[in-house]
This record gives sequence, C-alpha cells and structure tokens, in this order.
Amino acid sequence: MKAVDELVKQPGSWLKVGGNTGIIVSSRVRLARNICGRRFPAWAGEEESVRLLHDLTPVLGRLQACRDPIVLEIGALNRMEKEILIERHLMSRDLAEKGKGSAVVLKHDESVAIMVNEEDHIRMQAMSPGLNLRNLLKQIDAVDSEIESSVEYAFSPQLGYLTACPSNVGTGIRASVMLHLPGLVLMNEINSIIKAVGKMGLAVRGLWGEGTDAAGNMFQLSNQTTLGETEQTIVERLEKIVLEIDEHEKSGRTRLFEQKENQIRDHFGRAVGILTHAHMLNSKETLDMLSALRLGLEMGLGGGWQSAMIDELFLLTQPGHLQKLEGRVIGSEKRDLARARLIRQKLIDGHI
Amino acid sequence: MLCQICGKKEATVHLTQMLNDAVRKMHLCEQCAEASGIDVNVPASMSNFLLGLGAPKKAKSESVDRVCPQCGMHFSDFKKVSRLGCQNCYAAFADELEPLLNGMQKGMRHVGKKPAHYAGAVNVPPSSASLKKALEEAVASENYEEAARIRDQIHEAENSATGRLSGHGQGSAAAENSVASKKERH
Repeated sequence: MKAVDELVKQPGSWLKVGGNTGIIVSSRVRLARNICGRRFPAWAGEEESVRLLHDLTPVLGRLQACRDPIVLEIGALNRMEKEILIERHLMSRDLAEKGKGSAVVLKHDESVAIMVNEEDHIRMQAMSPGLNLRNLLKQIDAVDSEIESSVEYAFSPQLGYLTACPSNVGTGIRASVMLHLPGLVLMNEINSIIKAVGKMGLAVRGLWGEGTDAAGNMFQLSNQTTLGETEQTIVERLEKIVLEIDEHEKSGRTRLFEQKENQIRDHFGRAVGILTHAHMLNSKETLDMLSALRLGLEMGLGGGWQSAMIDELFLLTQPGHLQKLEGRVIGSEKRDLARARLIRQKLIDGHI
Repeated sequence: MLCQICGKKEATVHLTQMLNDAVRKMHLCEQCAEASGIDVNVPASMSNFLLGLGAPKKAKSESVDRVCPQCGMHFSDFKKVSRLGCQNCYAAFADELEPLLNGMQKGMRHVGKKPAHYAGAVNVPPSSASLKKALEEAVASENYEEAARIRDQIHEAENSATGRLSGHGQGSAAAENSVASKKERH
C-alpha cells in the first residue's frame, strides 16, 4: 500500500528528528468512544462491524482536524504493513488481528490516529515527542468534538462515555508517556519506582504496550482509572509523576557516574563496539545496546551521534520496518543480518 | 387467590408492572416470585424491576444469569470475555458491575467531558441516583403515573437519541424490552 510506503520514509511522530527527547521520549493521549445503539465490536459480528465502518468512514474521512486523512482498512493491509503500523504505535496488535469492518484513519504526519472497531467503535489518539500531554489532550478533544457533531455517542450522565470494558468507562481516556530509564535500571531502583507508581494508580508497561517487557529500558506509564475524575485531573497527575520520575532518573545517572564510572564507561564502549562491528543482531540485543548508546551520549561519555538518529534506529530495526527496507519478507536469521548491516551503516555514516 | 404462574399455591406476592402507561398487576406465590428473580422481602426493589436494572442482590446470589435485553449478552458471557456487549449492558448488569467499578475506578460518577447536547443544557439533568430514588418513592406511594414519567426520564437521560448517526430508537423500547424479558422468565 502506497500510504504505508510513504509513512516509512518519515521518522514517526513519536520520534521526530530534531526533537531532542532525552529521558521523556514521547506522549500519547487516547479517547475511547462508542456509537449509541450499536453493539460493541467484539459482540457485534462482522456484518454489523462492516456497516458501522461504512457509516463512519465518511465522517472520519473528512475530519478538518486531520486534513485529508488516510483511511486504511485492515483487510487491505498485508502482514508487513500491519507490523509497520504497530511498530509506529499507529494501531494495536488487536486491531491488526481483526478482519473486515476494522480500519485505522491517520493524519499525514501521524500525530493523530483513529482506530475503528478495535475493542471500542472508535479509539482516537494524539501523539508527539517529549512531554506534551496537555496539548495532546486539547488536540484529541477537538477531534472528538468534531466527530461528535455528526455522530451520537453512547453516553450516560452517570457513567459517562460507555465503553466495552468497564475499565475505560467515564472519560475513556488513556494518557501515556514513554520514558527511557537506564539509570534507574542500572542502579536497581526501577522496581521500587514501579511499585510506587502502581500505588498512585498508574500502570507501567514496556515499549510496545500491554504484555511487552521493558526492552531497551523503555517504560510506558499510563493512567488506570477513567471514572470519577476529569480528563485534566488525570493528565495532570500523570504529568506530575512523570516529572518526578524524570528527576529520579537524573539523580540515578549522577550517582551511577559517581559510584560506577568505570563500569558505565565500559557499558557504553561495549555497546558502541557491538553496534558498529556485529554481523548479526537480534531485536532484544539491539534495543539493549541502543539504550546503552543513548545513555552514554546523554551523559557525554563520547560518541558524536545525534540522539535523534539513535531514536530512529529503535524504530527502523523492528521486524516490520526492517523487512520494508529490505523490500521483502525475510526470516529471523536474515533479519538479524540486515539489522546489523543497517546499524553499522547508520552509525558509521552518521558519525560526526 | 392462586398464583398466576403455577396456579397451585396461594398468591402472597402482589406485583404491579408498568408497560408504557398501562398498569398491570401480577399475583404470585413466594416460590414462583423468587424463581423469577424478585426479592419478596424488599419492596423498594420494585423500581429496579421496572427499570430493567435487574432483580436485587438476593436473587443474584441464587445465580440468576442476567441477560441484556438489548444485545442478548448474558452476564456469564461478560465474565468469560471481560467485554460488554452494548451500552445497555451497563444498566442490565448494574448490580453486578457496581462492585467491579467500585474496585477499579476512582469514583462512581462521571465528571469529565460531556457531549455538547448535554454540556449545553441549561438545567443540569438530575442524577440518575436521585431519579431512581424519586421513582422508588412514587412506586411506594402508588403514584404510577408519576413513576412512569420518571422512568421515561431515566431512560431518556441514559439513551438520549437525536437524528445523528446511532442505532435505532432506544428510549422507551429499551424499557419495554427489559420488562418483557423479565416476564419471559415467569
């Protein structure tokens, strides 16, 4: 699909080149909505889902807030394209597994993505690099209001927006922030932070969401409750906690350098060595090495690479993107070869 | 008077049902009433019964597998898939969902964004809790006309329908369905 080919050429809205992201990598705000009087997707069956998508497509396809949005029906995408959209955080793995009647609608710069017939009829998100929750809430709120002007949502004054899972009912909001926390991991402080954050009602997940581990020391923090508070309160609490964790990470890095300078220099040097010389690299090792490289660059240990390029490698070395660059579907051994080759090229060419 | 269901035992439970504006009385024996999910000890549960919010707690512990009249989902289905079938499931399974929401959410009342036609309303619509209380009072004082009006108000508030994209007419049809589905179990 041409639209997906075009996407691969740009850096992805959560990893915009030039945005020096540091500890706080990206922010995302999504809203879950359903259409009044229609069964929720999992209970609706294909025929009803197809009809809903048919009814929604003209509404979503002409959203002012998205200026000429790209509408991608899931049934029309091949596996590689789906993988790319998942890796770019533009759709979920659950949506990729749906057939007819599901779609994702994208703004060209990928800052807005709307999934149709995933767990709920509509799941819309706004995403950007860095900590930007309040702006994203405004942005997605505008998209929501625009959709609402032509659609009747399932809403109850008591329970708010009614969602397929009661864990989303009320505001239907999920605000999340991606953080790179190698300092806290290396100082063995991450578990107590995760525990504390859990007590404050936030969920911690890995880089690619639910069920994934924190490969590359990337952590996603998000709100867990959606009912009983306003969207602003929820977003502001997350922001506050994220800023606190940002401080902890900075202090962790300082102490790391004070206590284990030799080890941390070694850690960085080995990552540079492996990334610039390895002939085969699997996904997990790549993420861990890129994390060490990113940390070393931010701590001024050497290098001469742009952090934005390192961030881009986090994305380009994922299976879907790698296969797209290679122009074909390849098995895991060939992927490991291609991944190592790409990283060598980028790091050697991109060295200042 | 004999029970209208089994026709054998003496009717000791006297129910008044409302379908739209028609008032209908039912006389049941205790066993048949309980089998229908009616708590014979709590008269206030009438309003729940009328609303289609389901039978009160006692019946639940006797493993009544409630069904949503709108989409046909049973509560046992929800327990398996953890996803509700439609918006009306929130009303149909209100008793079962309440402890669940209590455990997983910060509050029990939405205070965030509202669709424009709610937000723009001059008068804030009364909360559904207060409406339900008023409904119970109306039923208790046998003011059925008033009770019917409040019931419609509750359904209207919960499923307000406009000309925009939505499913087919919800409002009073849902109320009718929920009462009808209760009747089927008799």
